[in-house]
Amino acid sequence: MTNPILELRNIRASYGSIEVLHGVNLSIGRGEVVALLGPNGAGKSTMIKVVSGLLRPTSGQLVVGGRDVTGAAANALARTGLCTIPEGRGIFPNLTVRENLLMATYSGHKLSDIEESTYTRFPRLSERRTQLAGTLSGGEQQMLSLARALATNPVILLLDELSMGLAPLIVAELYQQVAAIAAEGVSVLVVEQFARTVLGVADQAVLLAHGKVQVSGKASEIGEDVLAGAYLGS
Amino acid sequence: MQELLTFTIIGLSTGAIYAVVASGLVVTYTTSGIFNLAHGATGMLAAFTYWQLRFDWNLPAPIALFITLFVLCPIFGLVTERFVMRGLQGTSEVVKLSVTVALFAFMIGIANWIWPSDSSREAFLKFYEGNKVSIFGINISWHKLITFGCAILVAIVLRLLLFRTRMGVAMRAVVDDRALTELNGGRPDRVAIFAWALSAMLAGLAGILLAGEQQLNIEPLVFLVINAYAAAIIGRLKNLPMTFAGAAVLGLLDAYYLQFSDKSWFPQSIMGFGISGMRASIPTIVLFIALLALPQSRLRAGVVRIREQNKMPAWNTSLLGAVSLIAVVVAISGMLTRSNTLLLLNGFTFAIVALSLVPLTGYAGQMSLAPLTFAGLGAIAMSKLPGDGNLLTLIAAVVIVALVGALVALPAIRLSGIYLALSTAAFAVLVTKLIFNQKQTFMSGNISVPVLDIPFLEINTPRGRLILASIAFSVLGLGVVAIRRSRLGRRLIALKDSPAAAATLGMSLTRTKLAAFAISAGIAACAGALAGDKVSPQQYDFTQSLPIVLLTVVGGVGTVGGALFGGLMLGGNSVLATVVPTLKNVTKILPGTIGVTLGRNPSGAANQIADAYRSLTNRWSLLAFAAAGAIVIWILDAQYVISHWAFFIAGVFWILAVTPNLVGIMQATRTRRIIASIYLGIGVIVSISIDWDNAVDSTGKRLIALILLIALFGVGAQRVAENAPRIHRSSPDVIGLTKDFTDEELDHAERELGVVL
Ligand SMILES: Nc1ncnc2c1ncn2[C@@H]1O[C@H](COP(=O)(O)OP(=O)(O)O)[C@@H](O)[C@H]1O
Ligand SMILES: [Mg+2]
Repeated sequence: MTNPILELRNIRASYGSIEVLHGVNLSIGRGEVVALLGPNGAGKSTMIKVVSGLLRPTSGQLVVGGRDVTGAAANALARTGLCTIPEGRGIFPNLTVRENLLMATYSGHKLSDIEESTYTRFPRLSERRTQLAGTLSGGEQQMLSLARALATNPVILLLDELSMGLAPLIVAELYQQVAAIAAEGVSVLVVEQFARTVLGVADQAVLLAHGKVQVSGKASEIGEDVLAGAYLGS
Repeated sequence: MQELLTFTIIGLSTGAIYAVVASGLVVTYTTSGIFNLAHGATGMLAAFTYWQLRFDWNLPAPIALFITLFVLCPIFGLVTERFVMRGLQGTSEVVKLSVTVALFAFMIGIANWIWPSDSSREAFLKFYEGNKVSIFGINISWHKLITFGCAILVAIVLRLLLFRTRMGVAMRAVVDDRALTELNGGRPDRVAIFAWALSAMLAGLAGILLAGEQQLNIEPLVFLVINAYAAAIIGRLKNLPMTFAGAAVLGLLDAYYLQFSDKSWFPQSIMGFGISGMRASIPTIVLFIALLALPQSRLRAGVVRIREQNKMPAWNTSLLGAVSLIAVVVAISGMLTRSNTLLLLNGFTFAIVALSLVPLTGYAGQMSLAPLTFAGLGAIAMSKLPGDGNLLTLIAAVVIVALVGALVALPAIRLSGIYLALSTAAFAVLVTKLIFNQKQTFMSGNISVPVLDIPFLEINTPRGRLILASIAFSVLGLGVVAIRRSRLGRRLIALKDSPAAAATLGMSLTRTKLAAFAISAGIAACAGALAGDKVSPQQYDFTQSLPIVLLTVVGGVGTVGGALFGGLMLGGNSVLATVVPTLKNVTKILPGTIGVTLGRNPSGAANQIADAYRSLTNRWSLLAFAAAGAIVIWILDAQYVISHWAFFIAGVFWILAVTPNLVGIMQATRTRRIIASIYLGIGVIVSISIDWDNAVDSTGKRLIALILLIALFGVGAQRVAENAPRIHRSSPDVIGLTKDFTDEELDHAERELGVVL
């Protein structure tokens, strides 16, 4: 196996004086899909913020592609192929669908290519291209945010609770797209609170609780009992 | 009919200028959350620059325009954003607004310095002066047509920019979600620079157009921007079409007023009050109405995380401070000349006004731009009320003004942040224009406020008044400390930190806010009522409030000490101007210059220096070192090894640049400690060894050199000492994620970047 594409080495992160991540280690191989699971408040979103460059860790190293990028700006990381769909809806509500896609061109792709890729995958968005993104339905909004990942051909994709507040059917549809992205060789770190949604897609699973990695292993080997134990805080 | 049409056109063309100004305000406010009070001053500077290029240096108009609008304005915007505004992220609105006030003061100072008002600069020509066209039988000058054209062009360009270009879409995206913009790969910093550059261009364009209509004078150019504020508020600071409509309405109102006020049926006074100040007040009234029509500002949930912090004042230090302040004033007042006594007295008056901001702005987080207005009302009350200045009169004056303060706050209570600040500004302007300029208040310009009549004591010398002022400050300061330590004080703090939580806990936000305003107005009223001398309305003008607010925030608006610092600094600044006339120009830009550095230490200068010195307590070896250094410098001077100037400069350098850095240096890593020490050492040697008396020919230049020395070496050493090793791998742009770098490539890159330590 080659070097991991993404590595967190003993990362600590805090908001003000409150530490949320107490030394997290994680490593993702090229083309791997890793599910990051854990109860509410475990620090999953914080971890995504650290990896995407939005939050600077207080100590530890963030290594991407074998290179220490701790402290790099989020926008710089994004332009080099790290695509993050943050928690909530990863869209600009007061921009139209088309303008949202225009923002994706910072990745270096042409607007026309991004639009074509998006509208073929999600014909529903094509009808709404001049509509404000904030007025789309929840599922459509999530499609739009996923469209950026699909169209810009990232090296690493970070997804934070894609399923939040959506109907199971739509979630399944979205995860099909995630699987398609993964099939193209993109490394994916996907955060979910509820394991069942992602374990089908993931190769590896990591369980985060109280700001530390509790369990990690093959996704197929993480049993219900382990999960239940962690969620109940035992 | 014909006449109405003419005035409509005049009104619309004025409105066109407002629209251009206002759109610039909206552009920066939406992208960076900073309401730029200095926007009008930017336009003023641009107009002066254009005049310089076009009429003094006789460049052809297109070239002069191009240089001003497309070269200098964008550069100005870029510099402002990069070096002033960017540091303001995470500071409170009070600090943000103060910094723009500082910028405003700075630019006016610069303009006064470069273009003193005595040189005649009437020759500011309109574009195509004298050319007119006739439309429907009405003569319209080309200049007006061009003004219209510019406004329409600006509207179209802004529309295209914001909706058709990626930069424009990114500007809107930053407003929506800054973090997500970054995750898309957009660079909010660049967006902000672009917005500020664009805004400066818009201000410049408006300034130049306006200077053609009016005359090239600093004041009107700067203050016409208030009209633009009104327009921007009508557009809720974000909606450009509404802003343009608001601008048109304002222009029309002004023109129609002009037309009708000439008519015989138009009243000259209402209830005995002259309304000559009415025309100038229209925009302010519109601003006030627009503010009141705003929807209730939503409470921010959660604790507001801001960078400035203040500790709870302790009784023993407060009492000690109050007593020693009075003692020092009593001691030194005997040694001062009469004029210096008056100047120091002035400083204390400012300090009391500054103190009025502590409970309101410092504790409760509510910004007021009208402290002096309340002082003026206090002065009027003291002189008009019966009793000839006895203690009861003072109390009555204070109570009345406090009630006025609460009354004014009542409609504004729904507002917060920038809107509240603007409504206090509108109030200040209205009072200045419509009340202070009346026969009933300030007669023909002066009233004399009786000296406070204290039984068995006659205070009629300046020295007596100075001591009285220091006692008044101390007593009021202790009162403010008492408020901070009381239940009300905790409520005020809660109002600032978490209004939503405070409301949920059952606290009445309205009552707390009203109390804060009343207390503040009462304290300010004391400053006016204790003037004990002839006062003029100009002293209480709205524009005079701005430097007070600014320097109080600089001093540290959260503490009584900060208010004293701010007030005395303002007083000292005018002392500097009279004592050292060569420094007159420096004093013009000094408050502004100090203010724009606020972003680095938003808690105020008094706080930062105090913090640095506080960290020295109990570190005896460092203290001994600091004292030894000061003594050595003094001995060098006493032995005539160095001149007095070198003594002064080296001494101040030692106190402000070396001593505060000692702790930081001791805590740094070994390499950094050595570098920083050497660096500071060079600074000391430079400040001692230069033959200041001969090498530099004026006091002003020496002081500027001193400030530069402190900035260069003091701040420089601080940065060396405080920074963690800076091997930022900050641009993975050069890295690429798909392929690992080899060791040689990494070595090469590191050598290129110079990060090998
Ligand atoms: N912006 C913030 N400021 C302060 N604390 C925060 C912030 N965001 C999250 N936290 C705290 O950090 C902890 C972890 O949050 P988060 O990473 O969002 O958890 P998760 O995504 O796993 O639910 C929580 O206790 C939360 O309250
Ligand atoms: Mg989360």
